[in-house]
Amino acid sequence: MAISEEQVRHVALLARLALSDEQVAHIGEDLNSILGHIDTIQQLDLDGVEPTAHPLDVVNVTRADEVRPGLSREDALKNAPEADNGAFVIPQIVGPGGDEA
Amino acid sequence: MSGASGAIDLSTLTAAHIREGIASGQFSAREVLDAAQTRIVEVDERVHAFLQLTPELAEEAAGAVDAAVASAHQAGLDPRDTLGPLAGVPVGLKDNMNIVGTNTTAGAKILENHVSVYDCTAARRLLDAGAVLVGKCNLDEFAFGSSTENSAFGPTRNPWDLERVPGGSSGGSAASVSAGEVVISLGSDTGGSIRQPGALTGTVALKPTYGRVSRYGIVAFGSSLDQIGPFGKTVEDCAMALQAIAGPDPMDATSAVEPVPDYVAAVGQAAAGGVKGLRVGVVTDLLEVEGLAGEVRSLVERAASVFGELGAQVGEVELPSAEHGLSAYYIIGPAEASSNLARFDGIRYGYRAHNPADVLDLYMRSRAEGFGPETIRRVMLGTYALSAGYYDAYYGQAQKARTLIKRDFSAAFERFDVLLTPTTPTTAFKIGEKSDDPLGMYLSDYYTIPVNLAGNCAISVPAGLGSDTGLPVGLQIIGDYFAEETVLRAAAAFEAAVEFDSRPRIRG
Repeated sequence: MAISEEQVRHVALLARLALSDEQVAHIGEDLNSILGHIDTIQQLDLDGVEPTAHPLDVVNVTRADEVRPGLSREDALKNAPEADNGAFVIPQIVGPGGDEA
Repeated sequence: MSGASGAIDLSTLTAAHIREGIASGQFSAREVLDAAQTRIVEVDERVHAFLQLTPELAEEAAGAVDAAVASAHQAGLDPRDTLGPLAGVPVGLKDNMNIVGTNTTAGAKILENHVSVYDCTAARRLLDAGAVLVGKCNLDEFAFGSSTENSAFGPTRNPWDLERVPGGSSGGSAASVSAGEVVISLGSDTGGSIRQPGALTGTVALKPTYGRVSRYGIVAFGSSLDQIGPFGKTVEDCAMALQAIAGPDPMDATSAVEPVPDYVAAVGQAAAGGVKGLRVGVVTDLLEVEGLAGEVRSLVERAASVFGELGAQVGEVELPSAEHGLSAYYIIGPAEASSNLARFDGIRYGYRAHNPADVLDLYMRSRAEGFGPETIRRVMLGTYALSAGYYDAYYGQAQKARTLIKRDFSAAFERFDVLLTPTTPTTAFKIGEKSDDPLGMYLSDYYTIPVNLAGNCAISVPAGLGSDTGLPVGLQIIGDYFAEETVLRAAAAFEAAVEFDSRPRIRG
């Protein structure tokens, strides 16, 4: 199943990656080469085989609903590229002057 | 190895030696740390095992061990009874593990200068046992790779041959132990990232059962596959490290609530001839795989005879679905990775692109500019495999193939206690040899991947030097779920029988 340039661009948008034309071409080749190898998995007759999502038969784990100390606001913002007034700063997304996205 | 580091040569000392030496007053923790730091100055410019040294944390930890020895004496106690099990042992951590007081980069430009604000549980437990953190070790960016060449901060070199890779993705952790810079290190293994570099650097490398060790505080790659484990020069060192880090953690809901047995005692049993009657299965179909080097195959066959000579019951077994492991892994691993890496958005931490037009542009350029080529490749592959119209064909099929692999192991462990395979198809390859060949690189994890998919445990232990390349070859000993004791016991008995000299002569 060869992947087209258009599909590469679509996947790049889903993955939120701004790829250059050169990267799109290069990654298309890489993906086709890798998929060419792993496509063998599509030929396997796996009807009726249960999928494994997780290696162990684990059950949901819950804890008591108690207030416990978490990350401080200062620590949470320590690595923010831009922070102001105890909050993360992002480009404007709503209201007058915001973009249409 | 030169003796320039003075009286203490870390390449000949185990964790137990160091603790005993400190407790008996033969040397201080400070002197052991000096030896590690001197060795790093001597070789790390060439090896590049470390991304960051942590002298302040190290001096504080070594000082605390020396103070504990003094206060034991003052109280009329024997320091042997009061020191932590890893007291004074110099250690390295793969730089995808957070520890407050360090930066955690995951080998990625997007996390350059990222300051840790919480602790990785496994790393914290290692340090709480008295270990002295010397530095953070190099890795392939986000652990995507098998050579450490994908690190955004330059490759690590193999101490056995500086023109060759140490393997990866935990290449820095492996090289730091191999080069005698630290005694124990921690790595993480998603498809072989502990065992493969262990094999390529002649170190002992353990991937515990999924859930045996908490994953909290590690930069996540494949959340149903990732597991933290140790490197050491000896099986006993790995057992001591596992003892310190294993066990449930309220911060990781997938950590197993299984009792933690005495792993160090299991190694002791091996010394007492403890593999007599152990059922050892040689995985014969995996010895017929194209691309397996003759020198690797012959050492694995010799290893099987060694177990026979030690009194084990050696037989043959097949894992027919293992051949689908690589395909399943290169769907499931990237799928989970693409989902985990969605958090790198240029908002909360990490690199942010300059002058974004809007928030979508900010996301898209921060990620494209911040991620390296292999990360982009895996995120694209994973996103594709999960996208509408392809999910069943790829991700669904891969999850079913995963079930077949689990069944193969389950059938094999009805007949055998441990299974033997090569850890890797070849010895260490040259830097650059596979860097333009992603698929060729992926094949170096052929033997290790099925264990991650099934979730059981395995160790790589040196089997000798290859007859063609003269480089270390790893034997993979695979165990059932939570059978680390059995795997460690088998590995220790084998180690004692082959007497591998783990010390490379660093050349070049």
